[in-house]
Amino acid sequence: MKRKSIAVVGAAETTELGLIPDLSQIQLHADAALNAMADAGLKPADIDGLATTPEWTPVLANYLGITPSWVDGTMVGGCSFMLHVRHAAAAINEGLCNTVLITHGESGRSRVGVGGFVGNRASLEGQFEAPYGITGPTNVFTIPVLRYMKTYGVSEEQLAMVAVVQREWAAKNPRATMKDPITVADVLGSRMIAYPFRLMMCCLVTDGGGALILTSAERAKNFPRKPVYILGTGEGAESWMISQMEDFTTSKAFRVSGKKAFDEAGIAHKDVDHVMIYDAFAHLPLYGLEDLGFCKPGEAAGFIWERNTAPGGKLPVNTNGGGLSYMHSGMYGMYALQESVRQMRGIAPAQVRGAKISVCHGVGGMFGASGTIIFSNEAQ
Amino acid sequence: MPEAKRPLPKPTPETRHFWEGTAASELRLQRCDQCRHVYFPPRPFCPKCGSRKVSVFKASGRAKLYSYVINHRPMPPFTAPYSIAVVELAEGPRMMSNIVGCAQTPEALQLDMALEVVFEKQTDEITLPFFKPAGA
Repeated sequence: MKRKSIAVVGAAETTELGLIPDLSQIQLHADAALNAMADAGLKPADIDGLATTPEWTPVLANYLGITPSWVDGTMVGGCSFMLHVRHAAAAINEGLCNTVLITHGESGRSRVGVGGFVGNRASLEGQFEAPYGITGPTNVFTIPVLRYMKTYGVSEEQLAMVAVVQREWAAKNPRATMKDPITVADVLGSRMIAYPFRLMMCCLVTDGGGALILTSAERAKNFPRKPVYILGTGEGAESWMISQMEDFTTSKAFRVSGKKAFDEAGIAHKDVDHVMIYDAFAHLPLYGLEDLGFCKPGEAAGFIWERNTAPGGKLPVNTNGGGLSYMHSGMYGMYALQESVRQMRGIAPAQVRGAKISVCHGVGGMFGASGTIIFSNEAQ
Repeated sequence: MPEAKRPLPKPTPETRHFWEGTAASELRLQRCDQCRHVYFPPRPFCPKCGSRKVSVFKASGRAKLYSYVINHRPMPPFTAPYSIAVVELAEGPRMMSNIVGCAQTPEALQLDMALEVVFEKQTDEITLPFFKPAGA
């Protein structure tokens, strides 16, 4: 993709976040979409490209009154929206459409209007992982970390520190679900979920949604908001089965996606002012910082412990509070993108002063897939 | 209320040899006839070189503990806390399992500890492989 050829011209979350028992899942999509269209000064008829998940794209198109001539329903878990951004950018550049709406909404906590999960026992994970008592991300996504901790001598205290630092960011954010300060001792003393993960090392489960609107950089100049340009994009996939992940100390999908995005952006790590790393659990910022190249293998825990990613640190990470403290509906990638856009617009509650480049990195389907978007607020 | 049961696998044509193997107390892996790569889970081609010429063989059943969690969340019929582990087989591939025959504690479950397969019949069709500390 040509650098800065595409821009975000509309971005918004649902009006409320957290506990929203009075909206069904599809209305969470619509609420965010209507907010994003208002942000961009657009109406449904102005949208000609639509990407969404976990609702079906045709269902949402009809619900919103949109007639898309470009349709994407890529679903690779929580980073699907990073992939939607990447695919939309390519589609707009190819002339397939002009104005793309990307939506997310998930009634993760209230479960209003949500279908049940039906496991396929003939699938490979159904045959070779499901029989062993897995219940979901808490005891699947977490399995690699003991190998990582042994390989690099990382302590449980260091893992806990990830949650502590993110709570400091959340304290600055009025919309964050959890804002009270916590200590390493609090995290280690919270209820054991799946050893070594305690409750405070696991993401929240909340309701909410978000939407983005993309168009060409040329058209973006005519929109009410300051455009946020796309500098680089990447995506990757490794294995849906955690047991078949190549190396439990590093994610191949992260490395592939991150390298693509950095190569495309043509930037060095020192150029980056702000980072979002999808944190469904406390170990993910460690893998993300290392696999994206901000830290050498095994050094991320020390980097966080020394407060480099905390408020006042040299590399602010997860400045909305992250999935651990801000919100997590199930597919958090959209909220990471929203925070990157806010930071690039200069309107984030915990604004990184003078930030010009933001790296937004998502993970999906445990360590199954990944997407990376690098944003800039400078047209040149 | 019906008693909760462990979710059991539904074999497919590509995996049937594995489940027939566990029913016969054998852990069966596949090896590529061309590049000799040993792999799991089952499929009728080599994921390394793409060859369709592959053979099934009986693995040693020896493994070591690669990584795990100890789940504390309720999941009937399991009794929490219980380990959910990924073991590395002596032949190379990794698979998920539970570690049985020892305490479900961080002290008893040390990474890289030697393990050996044990088989537990679930139904006439399905026998699951588990792993226990070697020699226990």
